[in-house]
Amino acid sequence: MLISRKKFLQVSAGSIAGVALSSLWLPKLLSAADAKNGKGRLPVIWFQAQACSGCAVSFLDAAYPSVDDVLIEVISLEFNPVIMGATGDLAMGVIDRMMVEEKGKYIFVVEGSIPTEADGFYCTVGEKEGNPVTALEWVKNIAANSMAVVAVGACASWGGIPSAPPNPTGAMPASKIVTGKPIINIPGCPPHPDWMVGTIVNVLKYGIPELDKLNRPTMFYGTDKLIHDNCELRQYFDTGTFAKDYGDKGCLYELGCKGPVSHCDVSTRGWNGGVNWCNRSGGPCIGCTEPFFPGGAGSGLYEKLPAVEVPGLEKININANTVGVALGGVVVAGIGAHAAARMIATKYRQNKEEKNRDKGTPYILKEKEEEEDK
Amino acid sequence: MAKQIITVDPLTRIEGHLKIKVEVENGKVTNAFSTGDMFRGWEIILRERSPIDAPPIAQRICGVCPIPHGTGAVLALDDAFGVKPPANGRIIRNLMLASEFIHSHLLHFYHLAALDFVDITAILNYKGIDPKLNKIKDWVKSDADAGVKSAGAPFLPRYKGDYIKDDAVNIAAIANYIKALEIRRKAHEMLAIFGGKIPHCQTLFAGGVATQLNLERIINFKSRLAEVKSFIDNVYIPDVVAVASLYPDYFKIGKGVGNFISYGGLPTDDNGKMHYDSGTYIDGNIGNFDSNLIAEFVKYSKYSSGSGLYPLNGETTPDAKKDGAYSWLKAPRYNGKVVEVGPLARAIIMYLKGSDSDHKSLIDSALSTLGLQPADLISVMGRHAARALELSILTDRMDEWVDELDPAAPVHTKFKIPKTSEGMGLTEAARGSLGHWISIDNFRIANYQAVVPTTWNGGPRDDAGNMGPYEQALIGTPIADVENPIEVGRVIRSFDPCLACAVHIVEGDREILKFRVC
Repeated sequence: MLISRKKFLQVSAGSIAGVALSSLWLPKLLSAADAKNGKGRLPVIWFQAQACSGCAVSFLDAAYPSVDDVLIEVISLEFNPVIMGATGDLAMGVIDRMMVEEKGKYIFVVEGSIPTEADGFYCTVGEKEGNPVTALEWVKNIAANSMAVVAVGACASWGGIPSAPPNPTGAMPASKIVTGKPIINIPGCPPHPDWMVGTIVNVLKYGIPELDKLNRPTMFYGTDKLIHDNCELRQYFDTGTFAKDYGDKGCLYELGCKGPVSHCDVSTRGWNGGVNWCNRSGGPCIGCTEPFFPGGAGSGLYEKLPAVEVPGLEKININANTVGVALGGVVVAGIGAHAAARMIATKYRQNKEEKNRDKGTPYILKEKEEEEDK
Repeated sequence: MAKQIITVDPLTRIEGHLKIKVEVENGKVTNAFSTGDMFRGWEIILRERSPIDAPPIAQRICGVCPIPHGTGAVLALDDAFGVKPPANGRIIRNLMLASEFIHSHLLHFYHLAALDFVDITAILNYKGIDPKLNKIKDWVKSDADAGVKSAGAPFLPRYKGDYIKDDAVNIAAIANYIKALEIRRKAHEMLAIFGGKIPHCQTLFAGGVATQLNLERIINFKSRLAEVKSFIDNVYIPDVVAVASLYPDYFKIGKGVGNFISYGGLPTDDNGKMHYDSGTYIDGNIGNFDSNLIAEFVKYSKYSSGSGLYPLNGETTPDAKKDGAYSWLKAPRYNGKVVEVGPLARAIIMYLKGSDSDHKSLIDSALSTLGLQPADLISVMGRHAARALELSILTDRMDEWVDELDPAAPVHTKFKIPKTSEGMGLTEAARGSLGHWISIDNFRIANYQAVVPTTWNGGPRDDAGNMGPYEQALIGTPIADVENPIEVGRVIRSFDPCLACAVHIVEGDREILKFRVC
């Protein structure tokens, strides 16, 4: 279903603020992409604010297609500070030119959170007339002239570690800085290269993919992608075999695994050419695709998900306070472990949200719970 | 000739946000300022968290070199918890760290530094039949013919300069740029076999690693290692030699401070023997390294906290608008001396100490091939050469280490978090000496400090006004064209800057270059 040009422009201009993107008006974005610069590829500006370059390096790890094929066939990567030839004013001049000549036609990839305290001077990039320019100012300006914004990584999507309590620099995600533009979040620390390349290819070929309420593409982060539901260690959970120490065989729940509350497809996709993935390696999932990552000072990455009471095999109560999953070697009869995991997840988020509200962590989205709890 | 001021901001093809300002008189750099432009406050964020959060969070200081930070953190925790990893844990940590050296050095030479020398427009003259090279040629040519302004992006535009003129050399370098993407990716696969994923692995913990060991992982690792090793010996090292022989003047440029330290790293037994020897080379004398002599100065750094402190007592109180400060990097000094760290520091110290006969004979052979003296290594090209040569030795040793793994033995020693403790973790990272310090109070992190290679190399002037290593290396560098200061990039990139880890250097004439935040 195509939407009218008027409607599309309304959305693009942000007059429908806060509306999650849908593929409804995607075809229009596509034609905008086709109109761009005659290359048949999507022009991209990849900008780093409070980044560690982990997302950029992960992007370089793209295998099928390889990053060189992506650069040649899919996108026109006009600006990326890690690999670009230009330096200094010559580099920043590329952005200045794009904002005018390619206005409304390029994808703006943001890596890293954006510091807002101290007038943004915790991160400056380049100079204008002898004065440093803040990343905050760049992000606002580049976004304002873009077609759409793609936030890569936990930092650009939610604020990430820089925004963890006490958030010393006022670090914010792209969604808190950018207004009036469609935003796709590709969280992860870092995101899998396929998620970044896949999303961009999808935008080019079919339009913006279906997004969840957190603006994540559902094809990579959908509710059917709960780590716990797709984990190869799941059989250990179901049979009550839990690793007690690092390197032990068993479900990693006791070691603080966040699989029951985290969404992405690495358990089936695999990392780095499929040679491994987080839980397979024995290192518990730390929830890096979720807004709660990396948690507050009082919780931490390896805090065990809410404790579970097992009153006894005959009396297993299933409610929000006593989730009837047998831990410690007891097989649960007649109870869907799936349902139990959902309840753990709900309780965890409730606790987390209360804590984070106090700690000031940008904990952006709550709607997800409602959706999941159905 | 009047003094000219050049500002290069951002200096790209590095990790992070770096600004370099130089003053040029009579075609040579006479003053230099290195400025890190970004602060996140990792040490502050780590406070009050559980100590076991330190390895994964410290890794995320940098996405190019997470494993050294994870290693520094687990070593600090081992120390603080009083726990020692079993042999498997020690070896797997080494294999992961060494795999990251491979990824990092290949990325640095081919994808970050080479574009300062290689003329990528030479691809337009390619006449061979390689499908990939023809694809690249068509890619550039069709855009250029169509009048697309950004043809060849992101590799063009670039500074004008004295790039390599020989088409054959340029085209071979372009082909190897592409090949190096694949080989570097395989180094990451090696790392992920034991680390779960990379960037930012899952398996580094106090007391060892979480990686369950099996024969399949060992074989998968070894087969990739053989392929990567072949590229290093047969392609990477010859490419560095080829570029070096075309730019012999860069064995004289960028010498810098000439003082070096190495903490040592990659323990090869359980008694403290290291693959990389520790040591110092200061004012022409070889000495032993003593971590108690490290102090960080902040007069020119944007911190209001105390200066001249040992890292464990270090403070991180940011002050974005501090008067006179020009960098987010602190200025670490060893016994008050400005020192350089990195592959060159390791090479010089181990060569002069005679720590490793294979290492010494490889360097001697490279020097004789290039017709150079050991002192010539202290230079832009010497840093590139040291990086390539150390990978050849390292990959030999990795193959031996893998064979020492025992799939039936444990990978991890149990630990208990103490109520109160302190710990120090020193290692060598791809970019040089790295230290993490932790103090624990009431089972929580009370203080955390990291002194990283780029802080050593890229830090600003210290309280006495002594310039940092980047700044010193720039002094005397010839600049042919102030509009296209390609030489500045060559000198600074030879250090392989990693600013997310560190950030900032430069100082100078306060009247001209005073930091302008205020």
